[in-house]
Amino acid sequence: MVDWMLNRRVLPWLVTLGTFLLWEGVVHGFAIKTFILPPPSLIATTLAAQWEPILQHSLQTLMTTLVGLALAVGFGVVLGLAVGASEKVYAGLYPLMVAFNSIPKVALVPILVIWFGIGTVPAILTAFLISFFPIVVNIATGLATVEPELNDLMRSLGASRLTVLRKVGLPRTLPYFFAALKVAVTLAFVGSVISETVAANAGVGYMMMVAGSRFEVPLVFAGLVVVGAMGIVLYQAFEWLERRLTFWASRG
Amino acid sequence: MSEGFIELDNATLRYPRSDTPAVVDISLSVPSGGSVALVGPSGCGKSSVLRLIAGLESATDGRVVVGGDAPGASRGAVGVAFQKSTMLDWRTVLDNVLLPLEVVSGPAGFRARRAEYRQRALALLERLGLGEYAHRYPWEMSGGMQQRASLCRALIHEPDLLLLDEPFAALDAFTREDLWGLVQSIWRERRPTTVLVTHDLREAVYLADTVYVFSKGPGRIVHREDIDLPRPRTVEGTFEPAFVEYVQRLRGHIVEVRDIDAGRATTDAKEPAHG
Repeated sequence: MVDWMLNRRVLPWLVTLGTFLLWEGVVHGFAIKTFILPPPSLIATTLAAQWEPILQHSLQTLMTTLVGLALAVGFGVVLGLAVGASEKVYAGLYPLMVAFNSIPKVALVPILVIWFGIGTVPAILTAFLISFFPIVVNIATGLATVEPELNDLMRSLGASRLTVLRKVGLPRTLPYFFAALKVAVTLAFVGSVISETVAANAGVGYMMMVAGSRFEVPLVFAGLVVVGAMGIVLYQAFEWLERRLTFWASRG
Repeated sequence: MSEGFIELDNATLRYPRSDTPAVVDISLSVPSGGSVALVGPSGCGKSSVLRLIAGLESATDGRVVVGGDAPGASRGAVGVAFQKSTMLDWRTVLDNVLLPLEVVSGPAGFRARRAEYRQRALALLERLGLGEYAHRYPWEMSGGMQQRASLCRALIHEPDLLLLDEPFAALDAFTREDLWGLVQSIWRERRPTTVLVTHDLREAVYLADTVYVFSKGPGRIVHREDIDLPRPRTVEGTFEPAFVEYVQRLRGHIVEVRDIDAGRATTDAKEPAHG
């Protein structure tokens, strides 16, 4: 038990620290120029020196990501329920959705810019477009795999379809929803940063693009580190929520 | 003879994507408060008959009337228990047992009588030996206990109709015999009209007033046996000559049915071409 706690708490830090140390060592050992690959120590000093603009851009990216994710959750849950509940919706919609999901979202950003202009809206929409698919698929799977006996039980009690959905379908789908959410949140970051890189005047993606054009490579890496860190924090937050709400699915 | 609580009149059920019907020409009658068992080889359509009675399927042909309802109408709140306990893992045992009352009384009705319902559920759980598990989760219990909880859930709303689809099949012999006793005593108290599907002939003779033997492919009733043994029946009683004789006689019918099926299978194999 103590051993397990130690592993869960200490191991992630240990491995991350080890990676940075290795990175640092490689950069110095092979005398790699900092505009090719800056060492973690330089990235850290850059973060400290320019924390104000970095924070501003990060907050912008966090905002577009979360709004995009919220849209994806709302839209994805509704669509997932429809697809999971109805064979017809599934048959009709699936090819289109798979096709859409196969499109590289970066290719859509110019179109979004034509429609909505440069800035926040394309970033939100790209985050949304890239992250809704796993939510739809998982919600649909959760709902479609409800044990037939549970449906029989509810129907034999005279329950309406809505009641069956509320009492059985939705709670049964919750673990699937959280699994999807953890994938979706990291994808949403990818979406918003991609969009900011292509067409924006704020956000970590924009900051990295500008820094790159000025050969401020340490700042580019600082942006990457910040996005990674935000991804970890949100992922952890959802995992915490998941443990509290769907403890029954992992059997204590 | 008066109409029974359950009346099946030449009922046939054919599932949409199947060539052969699941059951054919099923006629049976169960008086109100009666108890029947359906036995037969696996795949003989016993469960399909149960689904017809539960109103989960409507007959392709023939008539199914339960409690004087029109055919195909909703049966109201039936009590059901399956071989799998089908507990809702996110609810405590108590909340699982309360589920039928939530559905039957609706949100407002349930809230109004929540305290009373909780007392009722706790008393029933106590009765089935699960008192201390009320606030635990189903997955913390053994299979036998989950099955007890499933029975509580089937009984909590005091249904007029109790449908049991091999509820004890996955349990060990001792637990199974315990539960026979419990089901019998609750049945004697409340007298729900009970239909039990089982492949355990001792179980059928122990619990039922009448046993129907099914053949398979498609399922038909080939024999009806009235069990004329005094109640309450006991596990010891299952070893007495009169009881054993019933079991042997039913067994004879099942063996006969299986031989016919086996014979049919070999004939089919020999003559693959027809038409």
